[in-house]
Amino acid sequence: MAGEETELSDKQKKEIAKWFLLNAPAGEIQYVAKDLKSVLNNDDVYDEAASEAFPVYNKSHMICLEMPGRFGDVLVTSYGELQGNEYLDPKTAQVAIVDHVKQVCTEVRPATDEELPTPYVEEYRCALEAEMLKYVSEAYPKGSCSVYCINGKDVEGPGYDFELVAVISAARLSPQNFCTGSWRSIWNIECKDDIQVLELKGKLQVGAHYFEEGNVQLDAKHECRDSTMFQSPDDGAIAIASLIRHHETEYLASLEASYLNLPDATFKDLRRKLPVTRTLFPWHSTSQFNLTREISKELGIGK
Amino acid sequence: MEAAMGLMRRMPPRHSETALSALLSLLPHNSSDLLSQVDLPLQVLSDDDSGKRFILCEYNRDADSYRSPWSNKYHPRLEDAPYPSSKLRQLEIEANDIFTVYCDQYYEGGISSVYMWEDDNEGFVACFLVKKDGSKTGQGRRGYLEEGTWDAIHVIEVGPEEETTRYCLTSTVMLSLTTDDVSSGTFSLSGSIRRQMNMNLPVADGHLCNMGKMIEEMEGKLRNSLDQVYFGKTREMVCTLRPPSEVLPMRLPDS
Repeated sequence: MAGEETELSDKQKKEIAKWFLLNAPAGEIQYVAKDLKSVLNNDDVYDEAASEAFPVYNKSHMICLEMPGRFGDVLVTSYGELQGNEYLDPKTAQVAIVDHVKQVCTEVRPATDEELPTPYVEEYRCALEAEMLKYVSEAYPKGSCSVYCINGKDVEGPGYDFELVAVISAARLSPQNFCTGSWRSIWNIECKDDIQVLELKGKLQVGAHYFEEGNVQLDAKHECRDSTMFQSPDDGAIAIASLIRHHETEYLASLEASYLNLPDATFKDLRRKLPVTRTLFPWHSTSQFNLTREISKELGIGK
Repeated sequence: MEAAMGLMRRMPPRHSETALSALLSLLPHNSSDLLSQVDLPLQVLSDDDSGKRFILCEYNRDADSYRSPWSNKYHPRLEDAPYPSSKLRQLEIEANDIFTVYCDQYYEGGISSVYMWEDDNEGFVACFLVKKDGSKTGQGRRGYLEEGTWDAIHVIEVGPEEETTRYCLTSTVMLSLTTDDVSSGTFSLSGSIRRQMNMNLPVADGHLCNMGKMIEEMEGKLRNSLDQVYFGKTREMVCTLRPPSEVLPMRLPDS
């Protein structure tokens, strides 16, 4: 790499630009974009990279955008994606048209019947969403959630399986405190109608970034499974929401435990707080020449 | 350059090598600035003669060769390469021996190297480096870490020798750790910080003693800072995103 004088092709520059954008911590992509534009010094390459990277970033981080017209918020996720820039908000049955690079919702239109699940599936979806909204508003100071039907949305009646996914997205930005963070939960729910069983699969991802005179990042992931029986949409929804609450609370507790273990256990494998002698290293010595011998003697090391 | 450093502060620390490579290829004219301001995890080579490993850095490099602190030879061999004076080399040898003992005590293993060279102000500069692999497959005694590395770079500028000599220390620590288990998934923290410390100390105590104490104090401060402040802030953020259930009944106002 050093000494190479050949100029990079535009395509190569674009790939590099995309890499920077995609690796921005949650909520920081606009800051990365600003610095990147300055480093790249080539608006055409930047624009192309941005048009490709922003949608991927936005969906992966499940960003939350405000819909015009008092419809509330919409989550930008792959589950709700209808077309490149159209995202369904199942709660309000509206479709949001989104500008990925500016990260705003530019307009809203009602969803068509084909874009929505059947009334049969909708009963389950809606019941679960109501329970999830209750849970999220209690557990997350600034969280959003949506429940989508990702499989079997045309199921008309009992006897067929369908799949829902509940996503929770919470992000915190405190640029003045040099700290950002995000929590993303993706819960897949397979409804096995014939045996009245709901199979739950959760993927939780938590990130945090602190960068005051330094750069430290947390990246934590967890997967879990569970299942429950159900009789009706309502009790199924309550059961699922309660399982989700249980698993997420447990996960938070295990994150706390990991942090508690850090100073005395985990960190020790990298560097001890003090040597085994529990005293500072004996740098003092009569003469520099004998330093090593003196210290080895003092520490009882056979040398 | 400011924008480039801004990007380095935001990219995940474990990808800093990729990020730096990318910046170097986008800004070839700023390469020397970038290389001097961005720290990367340390690389290691084996000394042909003793088989002992030594750490590679800008301070023992000439062209594409690196000088071993054990044999004082460049790998691969190099003609007309710079070496410390014989007096400084004596100090360097002693420093490497003592620092090895220090690292054994704090790092329970690890690889260390010390390089010294004369500077223009009748003083000298010393660079103390440590690299520890604390993973359970590496030298992690307790087996907590799936992956864990600690890299420390301490550069001390020593002023001209007077009764009280000035020592200026700039330290960088880069670390990354990952734990992985069935009940809690993967938990990964990584980061880097850099700090400075200046002291005026009696030369009668000996350069190694003075430098050693400064490094020990600095490492302790950095370890604590990383653990309590830096990792602590990420923990605080997690609890802000989703407060533990005991806190919930007393809903705090949105901050």
